[in-house]
Amino acid sequence: MEFGPHLMLALIEGAVMSAVLALMASGLALVFGVMRVVNVAHGEFYMLGAVVAWFVATQVGGGPAVAFVAALVIAPLAVGGFAALIDMTILSRIGYDPERTIVATIGLLYILQQGTLMAFGPDARPVQAPFDARIDLPWVERVDGAWALYWPWGLHVTAYKLFVIAAAVAILTALWLAMRRSRAGLMMRATQWDAETAQAFGVNTGRVQAGVFGLGCGLAALAGVLIVPIQQAHYLMGGEALLSSFIVVIIGGLGSLGGTLVAAIVIGMADGILSVFFSPIVARIVATLAVAMVLVFRPAGLFGTRRA
Amino acid sequence: MTKAIPIPTRRAALGTLGAAATLPLWARYAGAQTSEPIRLGFQKHATGVGAAYGRWYGRTSEAALAKINADGGIMGREVRMITEDDGTDPNRGAEAVEKFANQHGCDAAFGTLYSHVVIGSAPRAGELKLPYYVVSEGHHVAGGILNRYTLQPGITDVKSQIRAMAPFVSDTLGRKVTMIYPDFVFGYDHRDFFAEAIAERGGEVIANIPIPPTETSFTRYFPRIPRDTEVVYHVMVGPSVLTFVKELGEFFGGRGPALFGFIDSLESVDMTAPGLEFLDGSHFWEGMPRYVQPDQTEYETAYRTAVGVDDTGAALDDPADVSAYAHMFGCWETLHVMKAAMQDCGYRGPQDRQAMIEATEAMTDIPEGFDHPQGPKLFNGRTHQVFARQHVSRVEDGRLTRVHTAPIEATLYPDEVDYTTQPF
Repeated sequence: MEFGPHLMLALIEGAVMSAVLALMASGLALVFGVMRVVNVAHGEFYMLGAVVAWFVATQVGGGPAVAFVAALVIAPLAVGGFAALIDMTILSRIGYDPERTIVATIGLLYILQQGTLMAFGPDARPVQAPFDARIDLPWVERVDGAWALYWPWGLHVTAYKLFVIAAAVAILTALWLAMRRSRAGLMMRATQWDAETAQAFGVNTGRVQAGVFGLGCGLAALAGVLIVPIQQAHYLMGGEALLSSFIVVIIGGLGSLGGTLVAAIVIGMADGILSVFFSPIVARIVATLAVAMVLVFRPAGLFGTRRA
Repeated sequence: MTKAIPIPTRRAALGTLGAAATLPLWARYAGAQTSEPIRLGFQKHATGVGAAYGRWYGRTSEAALAKINADGGIMGREVRMITEDDGTDPNRGAEAVEKFANQHGCDAAFGTLYSHVVIGSAPRAGELKLPYYVVSEGHHVAGGILNRYTLQPGITDVKSQIRAMAPFVSDTLGRKVTMIYPDFVFGYDHRDFFAEAIAERGGEVIANIPIPPTETSFTRYFPRIPRDTEVVYHVMVGPSVLTFVKELGEFFGGRGPALFGFIDSLESVDMTAPGLEFLDGSHFWEGMPRYVQPDQTEYETAYRTAVGVDDTGAALDDPADVSAYAHMFGCWETLHVMKAAMQDCGYRGPQDRQAMIEATEAMTDIPEGFDHPQGPKLFNGRTHQVFARQHVSRVEDGRLTRVHTAPIEATLYPDEVDYTTQPF
C-alpha cells in the first residue's frame, strides 16, 4: 500500500480505537477523580456491557437496528445500576479505603469474569451491526501533470466505525456538559473537591458516590456495547481494555477528565499508526514505555495536578 | 376414598439407605479385577481460547464412548471418560495430565488440540509414563520434539495437510502468496511448510504476516499485504476468528486477490453470519467436509447422527451452535485406535501401558469404516503420526462444497524421528 492511503487507514483505525478508549478511560478517571477509588474491575464492566448487549440483542426481535438500539440503551443502564449496587454493598462498607478498595475490586474482577464464564460460556458471540456498509475512500494522485482521484485497494471505512466515533464524541460532550452545567455535576464536583464540606451543604455524598461509580462503570459498558459489533463479546475481553485504560489515565493524569480525553486520542492514534506501520506489539511497547516515562518525570500525569 | 400409605420409621429408612450405600462397594469386587472400568482422561479446552473446540471435542468423545460401550466396551470392560479442563493453557495442561495419572488413576489420556498445550503437557505424560493420544494436528509429534508416550493416530499434522494443499493453490489460484497466520508454533508450522511446498511447485511466498492469537482487531495488519499478491493464504485461531475473516473481507471489498484459508479460520463459525458474504468463491482446507456432500458414506451418516450434527455441521437442537467438524472426527477415531491398541495387547491395567504404545506403533493401514468415518488412514509407528485424505471446499451460496480431494500419498513426507528407538 502506498504511504498516503496507508496513513489514512492508520488514522481511521486509530480514531475508532481512541473513541472507545476515551469512553472507557473517562469512566475510570471519573471514578478515581470523585471517589479516589482505583477500580481494577473496570475492564469487567466493559465486558459486561458487551455480554449484556449480546443478550439483549438476541432477546429483542425486529431486525438488527432495533436490537442494537435496545442494547445500547439497556446494557449501560443495567450495568451502571449493578455497579451502583456494588458500590453501596461493598465499596461504601469498606469506607473507600484506597488499599482495601483495590483488593475488593481485584476480587470483583475475578467474580465478574468467572461468573460470566459460568453463565455466558467461553465462546465469543457476535452482535450484528445496525448498519455495516463498506465505504471506499478515494485518494489523490498526479496523472499527466494534474491531480486526479482514485480508489486505492483496501482504503475503506465502514459506516458503523464512523458511527462509533460520532457516538463517542456525542456521549463525551454530553458528559462534559453534565459535569459543568447540571446540578448533579455540581454535586459530583463538590464531592470531589471536599466531601465533608459538600455534606455540610446538604449533598448526600453516599448517593453521589454510588451514582458516580454507576456512571463510570456505565461508560465502560457503553464502550463495550459500541465495540461488540466490530469485535465480539467474550468473557476475557476486559483484561486488555483495562490495561489500555490505565495507560491512558496514567498518562492523562488520574482524575483529570480533560487529560484523559487528550491521552486517549494520543494513545489511540499512536497505537493505530504504530500498529499499521510497524506492528501492534511495537505500539504496546511504546505505550507502556510512555507510562513509565510519565511516572518517572511527571508522576501526576501530563494534565494532572498534584494535590496537597 | 383414601388409601393409607405406610410411612417408614426414621430408623428403618436410615437402615435401608445404609444398606444401599454399601451396595456398590461389594458389587464392585464381585467380578474379577478385569471388570474394573477402563478410565481415559480427556484433557479438554473447556475454557480459554480453545473453548469452541473443547465443547465439540467433548461431544464427539462422549458419542464415541457411547458407541464403544454399546459394542461391549474394551474386552468386556466399560470405558469411562474423566474430563479435566486445561483452560487452553500449557501449565494447566501439565497439571491435568498429572491428575489423570496420580489422582484419577487413568489408563491413558487423550484429546488435546492446541499445540502449546500439547507441547507443555507431553513431557509430563512421558515422565509419568501415561500414554497420551493427542488430536492436535500440530507437527510437534512427527517433528520429533515429544516422546514415546505421545501419539497422534486420529488426525493428520499440519505439514501433511499443507503438502497436500500446495499443488491445488499453485495450480488453481496463483503463485504469489501472502501468508497470514497466528504468531505461535502452529502458525510457524504453516509458514515454514507452506513456503517449502509452494517453492517446490514454482510459486513463492512474497510476504508473511503473523498475528498474535489474542488479537481482537485485524484491519491494521492488512495494509502489509503486497499489491502483487495473487493468493492470500490465511489461517487464524481463537475467539476472534469471525472478526478476522469479516475484516479481511471488508478490507478487500470483493476486489482483492484469491483467498485460500484453513477452515480453522472459520471453525465453529456459522457460514451465514453477517459480513461473510464476500467469502463466496473462496476456498478452504477441510479435514472432513462440514456440509453433507452428495457421496457421503454410510459411516459418516452414522457418525453425524451419533454426535448430533445436522447436514450443515451444526448441532441438531441449535443451528447457531456450529461444530468443529473438520477436526473433531479426530477424537472419535483416536478413541477407536486406543480401543484397538488395548485389544491387540490384551490390556489389563497400567502395567500394560508400554504394550499399549507398542500395539499402537505396530498399526499401519487403518481401513475406513464406522470406527474411521473420515476415511482410510496410514499410521506411521516410527513418527507416531497418522496420514489421511485431505479436502478443499469452495464457498458457494454460504455453503462449503468439496471441489478437490488429495490422496493419502500426497500427504506423506520423509520421517524426521523414530520414536521406537527411544526407551520407555
